[in-house]
Amino acid sequence: MTEQMNTQDLLSIEDLSIVYEVDGETTYAVNNLNISLKRGETLGLIGETGAGKTTTALGIMGLVPNPPGRIVNGKVIFDGEDLLQLPKEKMRSVRGNRISMIFQDPMTSLNPVMTVGEQIAEVIQIHEGVSKQSSFQKAKEMLEMVGIPAARSGDYPHQFSGGMKQRVVIAISLACNPDLLIADEPTTALDVTIQAQVLDLMKDLKTRYNTAMLLITHDLGVVAQVCDKVAIMYAGEVVESGDIRDVYENTKHPYTKGLFGSIPDLDLTVGRLKPIKGMMPDPTDPPSGCKFHPRCPDATAMCSLSEPEPVLTESGHTARCFMLQAMAEPLAAQKPLTELNRVQG
Amino acid sequence: MHRFILKRLLLLIPVLLGVSLLVFAIMSFTPGDPAQLILGENAPAEAVAELREEMGLNDPFVLRYAHFVGNAVTGDLGQSYTSGRDVFDEIFSRFPNTLILAALGVLIAVVIGIPIGIISATRQYSMIDSGSMIFALLGVSMPNFWLGLMMILLFAVNLGWVPSGGYSSWSSLIMPAITLGTGSAAIITRMTRSSMLEVIRQDYIRTARAKGVAENVVINRHALKNALIPVITVIGLQFGMLLGGAVLTETVFSWPGVGRMMVDAIRQKDTPTVLGAVVFLATTFSLVNLFVDLLYGFVDPRIKSQYA
Repeated sequence: MTEQMNTQDLLSIEDLSIVYEVDGETTYAVNNLNISLKRGETLGLIGETGAGKTTTALGIMGLVPNPPGRIVNGKVIFDGEDLLQLPKEKMRSVRGNRISMIFQDPMTSLNPVMTVGEQIAEVIQIHEGVSKQSSFQKAKEMLEMVGIPAARSGDYPHQFSGGMKQRVVIAISLACNPDLLIADEPTTALDVTIQAQVLDLMKDLKTRYNTAMLLITHDLGVVAQVCDKVAIMYAGEVVESGDIRDVYENTKHPYTKGLFGSIPDLDLTVGRLKPIKGMMPDPTDPPSGCKFHPRCPDATAMCSLSEPEPVLTESGHTARCFMLQAMAEPLAAQKPLTELNRVQG
Repeated sequence: MHRFILKRLLLLIPVLLGVSLLVFAIMSFTPGDPAQLILGENAPAEAVAELREEMGLNDPFVLRYAHFVGNAVTGDLGQSYTSGRDVFDEIFSRFPNTLILAALGVLIAVVIGIPIGIISATRQYSMIDSGSMIFALLGVSMPNFWLGLMMILLFAVNLGWVPSGGYSSWSSLIMPAITLGTGSAAIITRMTRSSMLEVIRQDYIRTARAKGVAENVVINRHALKNALIPVITVIGLQFGMLLGGAVLTETVFSWPGVGRMMVDAIRQKDTPTVLGAVVFLATTFSLVNLFVDLLYGFVDPRIKSQYA
């Protein structure tokens, strides 16, 4: 791989906005979101439930349920092509092939009336145009690769445990050797010991095939384990993003600080956890100005009036907060993160 | 699997005992004297009394019922009071007529109901959906004997396209089968639609789409098989009901089936025929249900593993 290719973004989301419209009420799920990802890189997308993480993922996949969902603006540029402009048929050939997705709940994401072998073989048949027989052969290899004996390919999902089902889902998603893997809380539904196994497996396979990964989670520990970069989402926006080490060590945004602050530290004897006060804003009626200001301990009068633009921190990542804006030069309005990465790189 | 079938067949015994006891009691305790019926209105009282004694009608109820069950298990359902023919033979000579009508009715219902249900579900709230739901509502709420009568009026009496009743040629089948099928088609349409609507919102359908599966394959392969599970139950129930409950339709079209035979027998207080017909229909209904339960196993592997 040339240096040129390595620095080019594999995925770059620019100003993506997605809304859900139900009975005349609009839910602003994703608002002017910008993220980018290079080949082989892992980006952790962190946020509370309802922050718009899954909607973002579905937006990339072109699977936002419509109605009620609608992508109102933005671009999803994947390998130089805007996926949102692709005709349906072409998008189908991307899905499961070049971009694939692992869903949150393995218990419900496999078809109960098809054998796991069939379900893995299907994706191979669709995208690689091979015979039924050789697709089943490859399905068996995929099963072995995720640590399930090939002999079990004729079994149905209900005959597997949760962790094994998630392995099957991983086998399906990696069967066509995708460039980008979107993992939507892949370990949330699993118990802790299995979580570690599944994460290790994903990490291992990802490195082996140089797959880029967008890991959606609310588990900061998981992000620290696997990710190169991180983007923190709040109310449909990225509030802070950049290199994982930098964001963890030089946290700037009050929301991110709050997130980290709510992790209990076993070395300190404290009576209570420190939650972020308040609730996520109602997405049908987002607050004015900075979306976090109603909960922000450092909020000033300005925060409720206008929205802060992402700025580059002195350590080199970006955050959206007026406290930083006072110190640093704001990036040009609406400037995609792609630009920013070049500055960083 | 074999144990499951055996268990279900054994369960038939109490069901049939219950059904036959109920019908036997109703027939015994309602007014009307079979002996008088056989000998005619003007028969002398002594002759009637003699026949009553001979038929065992003076025995206690329990003894008479035990006698009936004793004969029935050997396949002897007695003779019709009115025709004197063997009830068992009578039922089996008429059953094929009922079976072919019910089968055709269900076939019509399935061929119409399932595709329309699928289309309605995939285009929820569209014109097609609203239109087919209106027809389904009509089909469910319209009494089918009325539909039968209207069809006779139009196609047999006015247009003369098909015979109005009886079973003379295959064309006699058309109207009764459509009459029977309409109600079932409506029920199957609604069931398929609602089941499909539920299934296409499942996570595994999203997984299939995420794999790049074409939309028609998502519906016909991934969703349909899951959606069919409750629909199969309904089809089975409908088939069972058409076998036993086609009474009105058979009467309207003077169809020589078991249902009409039963209605005639009830009118004439022909106890052996009524009993035989009811026991027979209860058996077929149970067997159809057993068959449906077995069919689940082929559609849903989760159920199959429970049969073991």
